Amino acid sequence: MGIKSIGSHLQVKGVGKRFGNVEVLKRLDLEIKPGEFIAIVGRSGCGKSTLLRLLAGLDVPTEGEVLLDGERVNGIHPDTRILFQDARLLPWKRVIDNVQIGARNGDKARAEEALRLVGLEHKAKEWPSVLSGGQRQRIALARALAGSPRLLLLDEPLSALDALTRIEMQELIEQIWWEQQFSAILVTHDVSEAVALADRIVLIQNGAIAIDIPVPLPRPRERNSDFAYYEKLILDHLMERGAPASVSAVSS
Amino acid sequence: MRQWNKNFVVTGMGLIIPVSIVILWHIFSVSGLIATNIMPSPLKIVSTIVDLFREGELLEHIGITLYRVSMGFLLGTAIALLFGVLNGYFRTIRYLLDPLIQALRNIPSLAWVPLFILWMGISEASKISLIALGVFFPVYLNLVSGIQGVDRRLLEVGWVHGYQGWRLIRHFFLPSALPSFFVGLRSGLGLGWMFVVAAEIMGASKGLGFLLTDGQTTGRPAIIIASILLFAMLGKLTDYLLELAGRRILRWQDSYESLERRKAL
Ligand SMILES: Nc1ncnc2c1ncn2[C@@H]1O[C@H](COP(=O)(O)OP(=O)(O)O)[C@@H](O)[C@H]1O
Ligand SMILES: [Mg+2]
Repeated sequence: MGIKSIGSHLQVKGVGKRFGNVEVLKRLDLEIKPGEFIAIVGRSGCGKSTLLRLLAGLDVPTEGEVLLDGERVNGIHPDTRILFQDARLLPWKRVIDNVQIGARNGDKARAEEALRLVGLEHKAKEWPSVLSGGQRQRIALARALAGSPRLLLLDEPLSALDALTRIEMQELIEQIWWEQQFSAILVTHDVSEAVALADRIVLIQNGAIAIDIPVPLPRPRERNSDFAYYEKLILDHLMERGAPASVSAVSS
Repeated sequence: MRQWNKNFVVTGMGLIIPVSIVILWHIFSVSGLIATNIMPSPLKIVSTIVDLFREGELLEHIGITLYRVSMGFLLGTAIALLFGVLNGYFRTIRYLLDPLIQALRNIPSLAWVPLFILWMGISEASKISLIALGVFFPVYLNLVSGIQGVDRRLLEVGWVHGYQGWRLIRHFFLPSALPSFFVGLRSGLGLGWMFVVAAEIMGASKGLGFLLTDGQTTGRPAIIIASILLFAMLGKLTDYLLELAGRRILRWQDSYESLERRKAL
């Protein structure tokens, strides 16, 4: 594949974000190594999207700083791309032109290549309005990939899709990430999605990182008993059913 | 075949009421219920139009009026585009200019006439400028509201991909404002037709507006009604052309209206 990139090294240092007097994120620290895939889980409204927007440079932290390869993020970064929960395709552009938005310098060949990567080259001339939800999200993924990102942020991009399409998309994302070696941060509320994709799973609670669990399962992952173990572990934490003994066993 | 049939039915439905009115009008005229010196019969109007056409005058009147409307329309639209984009996009410029424009737009068309005559005389330039002024306001207003109504979430897509300034305007603001811009164009064209009457009444030796006042001063009601009908038909025709252009340019729209049209065809 011609679209190649090596992942960014991301450091989040003491980042806080407040809206008015609501403190959404509190002095949060996080590090993502180049090429690492991490998943962020947490209850709805706990600040996951807010964190991703800070990393994308769409918002500015109230305190602390975000570093990309050691340099402070200051607004939009050309190596960082984000996939939103809704595909956000431009209705007035055909599929290929939507993908071209993401290509650096509007490189058309790059756009076509990215479209092939998600397997939708035959939809190039369609209007977004005639596509299914899953196809739209794949086009949005192609748009993000067309820019050869070194850091890909995914904000619950699959949550509106049906179960089958979602699993297909998960496999597609994993395969592309594996080939291109960018760093990836996936926000999700689907615990099994997190276990299927992530090298590490981070749980956000009350605006801070509650736990950070590595998932050392071989890829591609099978949904076996190890998989189920990690699913239950994360779920128990999310539901605050609490199983401190087993956590310390895993994270040590 | 089916498609053609359904189109035919839709057009036909719009004709039922006008045709019935003309038939009633004819019956009342023939039976003497309407005084023909006030309201001539439809046949009389048709023969007046045919006579004007034979004398070669009619096409000249129509031609010059169409010319003035199109020039005024183009000029007004161009200026509205410029101000619309500037005011829609730059807040500071909007705060400076928008209140003034909002105040000016409430001035009735006829009130401008003396001023335009004073400034530019009874010339083509003054007529076209007057029409352009009429076209300007609705196009401007709709464009500004279209630009301001751009979905923030789509703009974020632009920002994330490094779009700024003119590229952001061209690829995001303008296309997104296009539906609303077309609404503005259509009402601008309507106002153009109203302002051309004002312009031609203020002094012209040619044009449908001239024909109208000529019919009045020479006491020929058939000419007055003929000109009014011609205004109606030309107005409808140009609006229809604009609508066709709009449909083509906005074919990406996923709206109730386009769904309705797809079903009707
Ligand atoms: N622009 C904003 N202004 C005010 N409050 C906001 C804004 N964006 C997010 N919030 C608040 O921050 C909290 C976290 O939101 P968000 O990051 O979207 O949560 P989630 O984890 O579900 O993605 C919510 O309580 C939300 O109401
Ligand atoms: Mg969210």
